[in-house]
Amino acid sequence: MTSPNTPSARRPASDYPPGSMAFPHRHLLGIAGLQPWEIEFLLDEAEQWVDLNRQATKHDDRLAGLTLINAFFENSTRTLLSFEIAGKRLGADVVNMHAAQSSVKKGETLIDTAVTLNSMRADAIVIRHGSSGAVQLIADKVGCPVLNAGDGTHEHPTQALLDALTIRRRKGQIAGLRVAICGDILHSRVARSNMICLSTLGADVRVAGPPALMPPAVESMGATPCRSFAEALDGADVVMMLRLQNERMQGQFIPSPREFRHLYGLTDAKLALAKPDALVMHPGPMNRGIEIDSHIADNVQRSAITDQVEMGVAMRMACLDVLTRRRRGVEGWA
Amino acid sequence: MSKTPLAPLSIVNGRLILPGEGEPVEGGIRVLGDRIAEIGRITPSADDRVHDAKGALIAPGLVDLGVFAIDLPAFHFGGISRAALMPDQNPPLDHPARVRFAAYSGKPDFWVHPLAAATRDLAGAEMAEIALMQEAGARAVATGRRWIVDTGVMHRLMQYCAMLDLPLIVHSQDHGLSGTAVATSGEMATRLGLPQAPAEAESIAIARDLALVRMTGARVHFRQVTTRAGLALVRAAKAEGLSVTAGITPAHLFLSDVALGGFRTFARLSPPLRSEDDRQAALEAVGDGTIDVIASGHDPRGPEDKRLPFADAAPGMAGAETLLPLSLGLVRDGLISMGRLFDLIAANPAKLLGVQAGALRTGHEADIVLIDPDRPWQVDSGKMAAAAGNTPFDKLPVQGRCLALFKGGRLVDQRSG
Repeated sequence: MTSPNTPSARRPASDYPPGSMAFPHRHLLGIAGLQPWEIEFLLDEAEQWVDLNRQATKHDDRLAGLTLINAFFENSTRTLLSFEIAGKRLGADVVNMHAAQSSVKKGETLIDTAVTLNSMRADAIVIRHGSSGAVQLIADKVGCPVLNAGDGTHEHPTQALLDALTIRRRKGQIAGLRVAICGDILHSRVARSNMICLSTLGADVRVAGPPALMPPAVESMGATPCRSFAEALDGADVVMMLRLQNERMQGQFIPSPREFRHLYGLTDAKLALAKPDALVMHPGPMNRGIEIDSHIADNVQRSAITDQVEMGVAMRMACLDVLTRRRRGVEGWA
Repeated sequence: MSKTPLAPLSIVNGRLILPGEGEPVEGGIRVLGDRIAEIGRITPSADDRVHDAKGALIAPGLVDLGVFAIDLPAFHFGGISRAALMPDQNPPLDHPARVRFAAYSGKPDFWVHPLAAATRDLAGAEMAEIALMQEAGARAVATGRRWIVDTGVMHRLMQYCAMLDLPLIVHSQDHGLSGTAVATSGEMATRLGLPQAPAEAESIAIARDLALVRMTGARVHFRQVTTRAGLALVRAAKAEGLSVTAGITPAHLFLSDVALGGFRTFARLSPPLRSEDDRQAALEAVGDGTIDVIASGHDPRGPEDKRLPFADAAPGMAGAETLLPLSLGLVRDGLISMGRLFDLIAANPAKLLGVQAGALRTGHEADIVLIDPDRPWQVDSGKMAAAAGNTPFDKLPVQGRCLALFKGGRLVDQRSG
């Protein structure tokens, strides 16, 4: 097993199309629609920021003078913090907008808010919103790059990218790995982005959850639905647990959290079905003792949960850097 | 209606859509007062207003069963001379005075046939004063956009409608299954992360209501039947001899849930767009007679309702302008005859409402539309006659356009030939 600190093999720059052809997208709204080499390009770009973030002085000035607005219409701790730190480490002026304190509460429409942010001449806007498609709606109305930090139950692309980076660094590569994604698939934007991302990169993605929490047609996103947790875990290299999203449930989807744990909680006995060196992941925040037992989450040999948070900052720095290159007039991108 | 005495009207040199005739018949039509007097080979008198149809179709004005707003410019553009107004108004049509007011709201250029709310406030709990609303001009009863959850209420409602011989127009979506869903279960809904409900929410609702029809003998019209399973139930019920009819809108005939791509809220409809297989089943049902009515479902919605994240947007489409051209596509595709098309968009809805309209017959009110069935044009949500441009068919090239519309013999709309 590769140690957590080993940077995975980067492709030489010559492997990628020149300049902006390597990532010819104005926004990052989802993983759907990205080519495998575009995903790998972003992962490779993130490696340098992993290195920088481990130094005593974690600063780069390439986004100096640019304004980054984090517009969060839904509560968040780690993603907001991660984007804020990413922006600041790259030298940007970072402003956070919390919907709870904003005119959104006074009935302003999403479009009006978007136009307002645009008029303030933001150079990049990071958006989280509780409704699927809301980020795309805003992206269509603003003149700067928009990064989706999670829209409803649709996508959470930077989470999938940081998960891919984490797996790649811990396992050396992604192609050929068996990845189990388990739990509340229906309400999970993380699951959607990860199914598409990891299957695009060549992993064998299996998903499992109680029937009411499994959406139909996951095959269309490159994943194989499993009839049971055990079937998904069998021989897995990576076990990705999802948070039970009670706040998105309208009606009863499972009888009780403890019954959910009984069937779909990651316990030692369940984890034993996966490969002995299987990596355990969780996008956070965790419901400890429900979808994952505490001692598994805290086992640094098996759990990559803190790595995921670390990779998150590097990954978001890479996304902010790449998406603002056109504005900054970087050669080949302007 | 009009108090001004009108000179007799002769429309000549056209192709008539006549009851019982599959294909248009050459001829003209003569109108005395507000009534059709002669059909076929007519001879205009000296003082007649003569309108040369120049080979255009002379057809009955469309009767649009189940619109959500009175939007005259859109109706006139679309050749619609009468519409049944859904009770989902603000406030709802659950009181005789509101029904009476709505019945007069389009006159003289347009006739509104109000549909009485089946239950107070359309809440599905207590029956509204249906007989008094009938007295005030309601031609049918409707449950609105919602399914009546309580089977006991629905049972009593059907008994009551059967007693009054009023058709009951129902929305068929099982509430427990559909919940807050905005899309049909399947790949699109999963990919987009939208709240989804199985298509069976429709057939389950229809199955219950068919059982109640057997018990009560009520005349029930399923306003939109959009799934293979739902249509099969209606087909079997008709074969059994039950007094049921079914409708649909062009959206479910020409679009599947693929149209939701990019979170296009103009494609947010109720019931939601279905799978391609269900769409094919709907086309088959138009062809084999299972579907009796094609309606516009006209529901103009401005940006405040539509320029929102998909699940937050209001359902509905502005459909009045596209009802005729899209439906003409069914004739061009050879699925149905021209005569059958006008049964679907005029004669059948008129029969359901019990009004003398929807067919060119002597003695009927002279609601006549002249149509160039081949004229090409492009749907453009930015240039609609409707109160809002929320069409899921934006930028679609279509064929077929109304040239002139007469209401009770009066020319109410004319477009350059």
